[in-house]
Amino acid sequence: MATKTKSPPPACMLKGYAPEIFFDEMLTTAGETRPHYQRFHELFQAVTQPDFEHKRQAVDLAFLRQGITFNVYGDAAGAEKIFPFDLLPRIIPATEWEYLERGLTQRITALNLFLHDLYHEQKILKDGIIPPAYILSGKHFRREFVNFNVPRDIYIHVCGTDLIRDDKGNYLVLEDNGRCPSGVSYVLENRRAMKRTFPQMFESMGVRPVEDYPRELLRMLQYIAPAGVAYPRVVLLTPGAYNSAYFEHTYLARQMGIEIVEGRDLVMRDSRIFMRTTKGLQPVHVIYRRLDDDFLDPTVFRRDSMLGVPGLVNAYRAGNVSLANSIGTGIADDKVMYYFVPKMIKYYLDQEPIIPNVPTYLANEETDRKYILDNLEKLVVKAANESGGYGMLIGPKATAAEIAEFRKKVTAEPRNYIAQPTISLSRHPTHVAEGLFEGRHIDLRPYIISGEKIVIVPGGLTRVALRKGSLVVNSSQGGGSKDTWVLYGDE
Amino acid sequence: MLSRVANSLYWMSRYIERAENIARIVDVNLQLLLDLRNLDEERLAKHWLPIVLTTGDEAQFFALHKKATAQNVTEFLVFELANPNSITSAICQARENARMVRDQITIELWEELNRLYWFVRTPESRHVWQESPSEFFQQIKSSSLLIIGLSYTTLIRNEGWWFTQAGKYIERADKSSRILDLRYTTLPAKGLPETVSETDALEWSAILRSCSGWDAYKTLHGAEVSPRLVAEFLLLSEDFPRSVRFCVDELNLALRRISGVSEGKFCNDAEKLAGRLVAELQFATIDEIFELGLHGYLDRLQTKLNDIGAALFNAYIVQNFSTLEEEVMVQQEEQQQQQSQ
Repeated sequence: MATKTKSPPPACMLKGYAPEIFFDEMLTTAGETRPHYQRFHELFQAVTQPDFEHKRQAVDLAFLRQGITFNVYGDAAGAEKIFPFDLLPRIIPATEWEYLERGLTQRITALNLFLHDLYHEQKILKDGIIPPAYILSGKHFRREFVNFNVPRDIYIHVCGTDLIRDDKGNYLVLEDNGRCPSGVSYVLENRRAMKRTFPQMFESMGVRPVEDYPRELLRMLQYIAPAGVAYPRVVLLTPGAYNSAYFEHTYLARQMGIEIVEGRDLVMRDSRIFMRTTKGLQPVHVIYRRLDDDFLDPTVFRRDSMLGVPGLVNAYRAGNVSLANSIGTGIADDKVMYYFVPKMIKYYLDQEPIIPNVPTYLANEETDRKYILDNLEKLVVKAANESGGYGMLIGPKATAAEIAEFRKKVTAEPRNYIAQPTISLSRHPTHVAEGLFEGRHIDLRPYIISGEKIVIVPGGLTRVALRKGSLVVNSSQGGGSKDTWVLYGDE
Repeated sequence: MLSRVANSLYWMSRYIERAENIARIVDVNLQLLLDLRNLDEERLAKHWLPIVLTTGDEAQFFALHKKATAQNVTEFLVFELANPNSITSAICQARENARMVRDQITIELWEELNRLYWFVRTPESRHVWQESPSEFFQQIKSSSLLIIGLSYTTLIRNEGWWFTQAGKYIERADKSSRILDLRYTTLPAKGLPETVSETDALEWSAILRSCSGWDAYKTLHGAEVSPRLVAEFLLLSEDFPRSVRFCVDELNLALRRISGVSEGKFCNDAEKLAGRLVAELQFATIDEIFELGLHGYLDRLQTKLNDIGAALFNAYIVQNFSTLEEEVMVQQEEQQQQQSQ
């Protein structure tokens, strides 16, 4: 323990921690603790190294025991791993969160208006804001659903928007996940783990709770039920127990008190969806599906899908069952569409975007493509329709062969690639070895629910790239997570 | 309740029961060896082979091992993942089923089952096993009993509960009958043995202990162990919670609670078959059973239990899952119907 108690004394374990050239969430460049971390820093000093080690192991063991694990694809033994969890929380002061909330609300409003427009009048195309070719070539544009009315005109019911901070600490939107974003169960479980581990911190810091998420989600799902159904039955459709997010599916279903179903549990009869129960067929009205469009209905989309429900699309079109998220939202996930979101905000809302995009170059535009090909070693190149950190080139860290490979890819299929300058993401003190804390890059994924109103649970999933210097935070690529504390105040 | 969920709950609890029963069988028989003298290889094989037969996997066993030695049999019954009825396999399958219905069971129940799973899946279990097999079995049994206790105290008594009960009791009835059958080679094909040697007595008391029935038996019959009394106790006792009759009564009750149909009536074959077996066990006498031959009787009993299981599956679980082609046809017909309206 520190004996030389001058204010503010450095915490034993964080001694020697340096923010280096990056924007550090906790410390200023001068090495002072930022105001919203002050209280935490003081309390953290009371934690000794053996105590911290003990807490850390207890949390890991608890996660394993509770089965809070994800399945690793391609692992023969069907191994399950816990998503590494770092005990140092990421803290966001109230004013900053209010700003993020405003920005995210603006963005999701524009995206929903855009999808409605795109599947109806297509004014934004006719007015020349987005070149129609980009839509028609979009892998996830479902032209079959043009002029189809989704319940309450909501397309993206649950959105996970990835935010990052640059070297000045400015927030930027990295991407929108409008299909089936996952990870929210970690937000809830991380919080539970932190409350067990550091109860005294919660007492004195004023951290806003996140436990409301399942209730808000259920409220939204009930809100979009087909008209005229007094007591809608809501179910969660999962690909099954071998899906990497299966834990999350059962977790959410349990928290909402709804049935979790697999495709084979559902059947379509007379344009209605039923589930097979021990007492025969029972009607289903709302499906929170955690299955991509492609797998939903083998009679309409991929015929080889064993996961879907034959006839689901028919029932959906007949208005007898609602889906969240709606079919066809994937076009908004397309990284080329991302480029146009600020323009959408301007077009539909006549506002400037509150949280800016990362500057983006479209390989399909001739000047941009030339710039991309000339600067591959400086840029991050992304495939337009991949997620999970796959199909990506990080120029400054790539080998000559990788750069050559991407040069070929971008030239061959310019529509499918975008490029962005390499942002040096903000860093956060992170436990890396016994008694050792170093800065690791982080991002933030808040979860936005659009129902009767737009609800954003304070916080979100802070993902951290545990490998030294790595900028990739995805769990499949060696990422971990942190609890995210949004404070009631600014200190 | 979803049919798939009912199925998983049923199997989850069956596999837990199975793991516990195998743990008890192997444990008791390992201890029994300590009491027996003059154990040559042949004698040992005679001791262990029936235990392999009890779990019904003789072919599987000889595909993997040449001889029925203590080490081979215990390895096969405890750790072998290739044996679907080993303790480790049963626990893995129980946990897999629980994972499928994670939202239907309580966190307490799940955590204990998951803990047991990680125990058998990590080197820790081997280590415990090598130090002391009986400590290892104690852990499996305690965990299973804890899971049963947690089910009783945390699960809501809905339809799912009765599926777990049905699974547990059908498995227990089957295993009790198989344990009772362990020493059938020492019995005449029909009727009772004339004398009971000291070794026989030890082996029959091992049977009782394999069913956790030693104490209850002693209260009823004193320390005198005879095949007739042991068989009567494990088959026909109305009150002993591991006797076949007790288990079938409970199974019957669970089936009636699932359907809501009252005693004396039935709405599916599972209830009809279970009701018939209840009556048979209620009115059977042990002398009659020995006259017909205990081994044959137990064999038929196991078939009847299997039939009940199959009937339950047909009544509640399958409901004709149709193929994609059939589904497409149904839909096309439905659409044509709608268009012509």
